[in-house]
Amino acid sequence: MPTRFPPAPTAVALLIAAFLLAFLVIPVATVVYVAFADGAGGFTLSHFQSFFGISLMRESFWNSLYVAGMSVVFATLIAVPLAYFTVRFQFRGAILIQTLGILPLIMPPFVGAVAMQLIFGRSGSVNLLLNDWFGVTVPIMDGLNGVIFVEAIHYFPFILMNMIVSLNNIDSSMEESAQNLGAFGLRLFRRIVFPLAMPGFVAGAALVFIKVFDDLGTPLVLHQTNLLAPQAFLRITSIGIEDPIGYVASVIMVAFSLFALWASAWFMRGKEYATMQRGYSGLARRRLTPGQSVLAYGWIVLVLLLVLAPHIGILLLSFGKVWSFSVLPDSFTLEHFISVVKDSPRMIWNTILYCGIAAALDVVIGTAIAYLILRTRVPGVRVLDFTATAALAIPGVVLAIGYLRTFRGWELPFADELFTSSWILIVIAYTVRRLPYALRSCTAALQQMHVSLEEAGENLGANKARTIRRIVVPLMIGGIMAGFVTSFMTAAVELSATIMLVTAQQDAPMSYGIYLFMQSAAGRGPGAALGVLAVVIVAIGTYVSHRIITSRSQVSQAHVVQNIGV
Amino acid sequence: MSLHQRRHVLRRLAAACGLVAAGALAPAAFAQQTLNIVTSFPKDLTAIYKKAFEARNPGVTVEILSRGTSAAIAYVREQPANNRPDVFWASAPDAFEVLAKENLLEKFNGANPKVPAKIGSYPINDPEGYYYGQALAGYGLMWNTRYMKAHKVPEPKEWADLVKPVYFSHVAISSPSRSGTTHLTVETILQGEGWEKGWNQLLQIMGNTAAITERSFGVPDGVNNGQFGIGIVIDFFGLSAQASGFPIGFAYPSVTAIVPANIGLIAGGKNSALGKKFIAFALSEDGQKLLFEPKISRLPVLPNMYASAPKGYPNPYGGKIQAKVKFDSNLSRSRYYVVNSLFDHTVTFRHKELTAATKAIHEAAEKLAKKPNVRGKQLLEEAREYAYKTPVSAEKVADKEFLALYTATKRSALKTKEITALEEYWGREALKNYARAEDLAKQAAALAK
Repeated sequence: MPTRFPPAPTAVALLIAAFLLAFLVIPVATVVYVAFADGAGGFTLSHFQSFFGISLMRESFWNSLYVAGMSVVFATLIAVPLAYFTVRFQFRGAILIQTLGILPLIMPPFVGAVAMQLIFGRSGSVNLLLNDWFGVTVPIMDGLNGVIFVEAIHYFPFILMNMIVSLNNIDSSMEESAQNLGAFGLRLFRRIVFPLAMPGFVAGAALVFIKVFDDLGTPLVLHQTNLLAPQAFLRITSIGIEDPIGYVASVIMVAFSLFALWASAWFMRGKEYATMQRGYSGLARRRLTPGQSVLAYGWIVLVLLLVLAPHIGILLLSFGKVWSFSVLPDSFTLEHFISVVKDSPRMIWNTILYCGIAAALDVVIGTAIAYLILRTRVPGVRVLDFTATAALAIPGVVLAIGYLRTFRGWELPFADELFTSSWILIVIAYTVRRLPYALRSCTAALQQMHVSLEEAGENLGANKARTIRRIVVPLMIGGIMAGFVTSFMTAAVELSATIMLVTAQQDAPMSYGIYLFMQSAAGRGPGAALGVLAVVIVAIGTYVSHRIITSRSQVSQAHVVQNIGV
Repeated sequence: MSLHQRRHVLRRLAAACGLVAAGALAPAAFAQQTLNIVTSFPKDLTAIYKKAFEARNPGVTVEILSRGTSAAIAYVREQPANNRPDVFWASAPDAFEVLAKENLLEKFNGANPKVPAKIGSYPINDPEGYYYGQALAGYGLMWNTRYMKAHKVPEPKEWADLVKPVYFSHVAISSPSRSGTTHLTVETILQGEGWEKGWNQLLQIMGNTAAITERSFGVPDGVNNGQFGIGIVIDFFGLSAQASGFPIGFAYPSVTAIVPANIGLIAGGKNSALGKKFIAFALSEDGQKLLFEPKISRLPVLPNMYASAPKGYPNPYGGKIQAKVKFDSNLSRSRYYVVNSLFDHTVTFRHKELTAATKAIHEAAEKLAKKPNVRGKQLLEEAREYAYKTPVSAEKVADKEFLALYTATKRSALKTKEITALEEYWGREALKNYARAEDLAKQAAALAK
């Protein structure tokens, strides 16, 4: 007899709830609490007043908004023409654009930032050449511009791929009606096509905004600390875990991230985007005139060069001996790679260990939540889904501060070590931060599996557990593997929470190792070599994930890209 | 994939997970003696010492906790007793003074008798016995020879040179609040020239900077890859860059101090016995010899090491490095946080305005040199006064009550408010002064017709 609270699923739901409560809800709530606490148990707004009273904090706040906003603007400028070319024209360069949609994301922005400094910086390759030939320099890496530049080049694929999906879903009848009524060219684009592509654009733009707003690694590597995330990090680490200003900065970051998520959801809720017929969808494709061809290919090549710049730069740095005030390194060597493999295999192992465990936990929890939502009627599981997905809006630095504060002084049961100093906390941070991606993959995989397959198993005498083990999970394995790979890859390049939670160098994963290496003159070569290794790992993972997903279902490439979000 | 194949994949996955879990727990099973060192030194140095110490002490693992100096102090302070790291190893002696005052360092008899008592007039080891000098360092100027040639900038010799217009936007420095060595450099200038004259000179130099970097390494890094021309750095940054093959020049100015980099035993560390052993090693001949490694390039405290030093290696005992400043680390400790805060609020966060004012002043001076004008000269002098005004007077900074504001560790809401109000005031005043200076300088330039 089915009860309202069947024991096994309810127990699982409670377990997951306990995990999310302990490692997501309570730490974030602690941060919010400290920002509003007056030290004697009461509520106060004085910390917020102090925060906005410090001109540095005000400046950091506006800078963060500015940098995030401008990154969205530039990402849009890059992505929209590319999306339009792909969708509107019969285009042999379509494969190029697809590559452009993936290439920037396989290198984490803080790794590329160092290389971009060498190529586009004050005395970088580009400016040296420009100065020699034309006597001008372009301050494209100066100050906040550098952060905007690096972030826009890294994150534009979010907007690109989401827009392509949206544009491809536009019913051709819409376009035909508009043309029948006399709209052509730019008018058609402005008043029909772009508004119909809005859902994709807004989804991508919101994601770019959040990720740039919360990014800690890139500003630190570029020495730009007048931003919210670096300020929160610096205040908590240099002044102390008691410093309330750091918590205020954290609350502001969380608030804006949640707001961006909510705004994009709200923006799309009011619009009716369903199409009437299920016939031919997508805009009519045209041929390119020679003039348009030149423009289109020219733009694509330009963007391709920009996108490849950090990759080329990091490659040159990893093989270069000395690169100083010159367009290219003086000479080349293999010694950086040799030294990395010889002296730092532990870091590579740490990454594999932490990210492997985190990804495994993610798919287990993700599958469990997906099953609870889609196959059972345990009340309240929607809350689990919502909470797990909300982890997207929590910046890594805030989660780390929450952990350091909540678990301060706790000792690990069997080891003579503080919980906050142990690598287990790093693994938990990765698990929580990457759970939304795994959850999405597992939900998609389970949605595509018809429930009758399970019922057939049960009809033949298998109990629930056996059915799950022998039918559901094997059939979901594609989605599970994709979720595992995505979680693993994105955890492997995570730096924001890692910087705050790593204590001993022994416990450092590759991302922290790269950051550490970049702190000394002789370390930049090995750091770049490690960065190349990290990029290779991510690239392999992306490819594997892509193959698994596209071979198993019709999940579009946009989902692949969304899942890769760093 | 058939159902059978999928189950096969699942079994393999489960086995892999099991292996991973075993691998994770294995090190715990063979627990070794662990030594925890918290240090601001770069990986290049710590890796060499770690390897050497582990080679001499089988069964010991050295764990390095890498933190900037201020963050390292905060870290040690926040760990409960018996769970702290064992050794604190950093450049800045005033950081050790801060820790000693908070009873976070443990006294023990670990000095190497062959180390002299003083370098110049500065004691190498802490007179109270809480920490020991492990290496010596001077502060100086490093420059990128290619950059200097390309921009036709002459090589600097003294701090005072850096105020000249020819160095505008070619200099880089880090902030004293984020770099122990920069803090020492700033204190050296302040103590060498006196508080008010020192701030005046400091602000003029800062007006010529292109950037205030986040961590001390940002400066030599920028100079190494040609982003900046000149960096104000601790000597080993310049020396190790030269040794690594970068096109770098380095010089000690005469207003410099040679100050020890120190090592101390943290009170309440997890493995103090090992900590003592490491300190002894670092002070021994074997440990000191490691400082000559090109990637490290620091100056040993043991005088007899210099007999076998590489050719041309600076010798602080040889008398060639003129260290005119007698560094008073008690004074430095007493105003540690004030100097940090003052610098940040008048320089770091107002960098744009300060450099704009300086640019206007240089341009006006150039124009007035070609076409002298009495009123213009007056305006220019006024502009210089406003731009490079000392933010806090010498009397105030010696006032104990004022200093006490900054020394408490737990920040109540009220204290935070007081401090932020004061910092806000400094920032606003600085902004006002720089804007006024820029205005006056532009007026002066307009008069040079």
